[in-house]
Amino acid sequence: MSGTGQATDDGTVRLHVRDAACRRGGRLLFSGLSFTLDAGQAALVGGPNGIGKSSLLRLICGLLPPFMGEVAATGAMALADDRLALDSDLPLGRALAFWAGIDGQPDAVEQALERLALTPLCDVPVRMLSTGQRKRAVLARVIASGTPIWLLDEPANGLDTASIALLGRAVEQHLQGGGIVVAASHQPLPWASTTSFTLARPADADEDWPEDGEP
Amino acid sequence: MIRAIIRRDCMRSWTGGAVAMPVIFVMMVATLVPFALGPNPALLAATGGGMLWVAALLASLLPVDRLIEPDRESGLFDQLIVRGARDETIMAAKLLAHWLNFGPPLLIACLPAAALLQLPGDVLWRLEMSLLIGTPGLAALALMTATLTAGLRGSSALTGLLVLPLAIPLLIFGAGALGENSGAALKLLAASALILVAMAPFAAGAAMRAGRE
Repeated sequence: MSGTGQATDDGTVRLHVRDAACRRGGRLLFSGLSFTLDAGQAALVGGPNGIGKSSLLRLICGLLPPFMGEVAATGAMALADDRLALDSDLPLGRALAFWAGIDGQPDAVEQALERLALTPLCDVPVRMLSTGQRKRAVLARVIASGTPIWLLDEPANGLDTASIALLGRAVEQHLQGGGIVVAASHQPLPWASTTSFTLARPADADEDWPEDGEP
Repeated sequence: MIRAIIRRDCMRSWTGGAVAMPVIFVMMVATLVPFALGPNPALLAATGGGMLWVAALLASLLPVDRLIEPDRESGLFDQLIVRGARDETIMAAKLLAHWLNFGPPLLIACLPAAALLQLPGDVLWRLEMSLLIGTPGLAALALMTATLTAGLRGSSALTGLLVLPLAIPLLIFGAGALGENSGAALKLLAASALILVAMAPFAAGAAMRAGRE
């Protein structure tokens, strides 16, 4: 199953965001955001809570329509947010296998579990996992998806030092393999980002945009 | 992807025991009705078919609050969209899975229930036919309302209140098809069910898209 883009294996992975603006609940969160990431590059999105970091990631992967501007991506994406999307009654391994089956990567689960030191928890039901273990399970789902573009929302939240190191190693390996990573985080992350920017509310954001008006 | 969603929903329903709920419900109604109406065979045979249609309608509402909301809450739909699925495709898969999890069990449950109510063989045959045609329509109604109310507080009660009035045409045509010379009622039932099934993936998909913003 190919994702939002095509051509994942000819090495032309690219993510281009042009002049993007996001509006939610009648409020303009950010506007005029542009950046381009090529294979092997990573971006770090910073900014205070509620500024629209998660909305930016959802906008990139097509869950939110951009208010202005456009997102062009070559290559499938995987999103890791604070929601698990795993069946809580299933053992972790089988819950991940559901997504691996849809992604056409049935063998990737074992490897992804190993890279985040989750192999001992393979047979534990998802609902028994702790906060940090759930976060690692989400990241394992992203790793197992085999997609070139990773969108990570607060990936280090709730992780202990050892797990953050594991995450850093997995991301660096992904970047070396020609992947793209966009991470939204308010804390430093253990990999070198090519670009980093801080979201801020636009100066004219206090005026509410008309509900159906042209920007 | 459609197959994966359907297989997952059916597995959850079977292992979670949700598939038994409509069956138990219909059997309970069939057991209680003779106590309430008295054991007069002629009366039971005359009213039993309609009773079972009402029971089937109410039984179809049982799984509705678990239909959309848990998967929306857990981010399952978001992950499917990120993988390039369309809302309409996901909802078509959900519709088929929902029907598979309550339609056939209901049809089977009507066999012992009809025996308890001493329904004549030809009425039982027409009941099974009308339920086979009508239950996909009920599934479509349930799916559309479940997507509209997903994320609202107290949504399960609201879903039931919304579905019941909309399901009245199905009930009228379905129960009307139990009598003799009931071809017209059966055709109207089929037409209503067909319209509901045809529009459900699009209406539910639009509701899901609107709910994401």
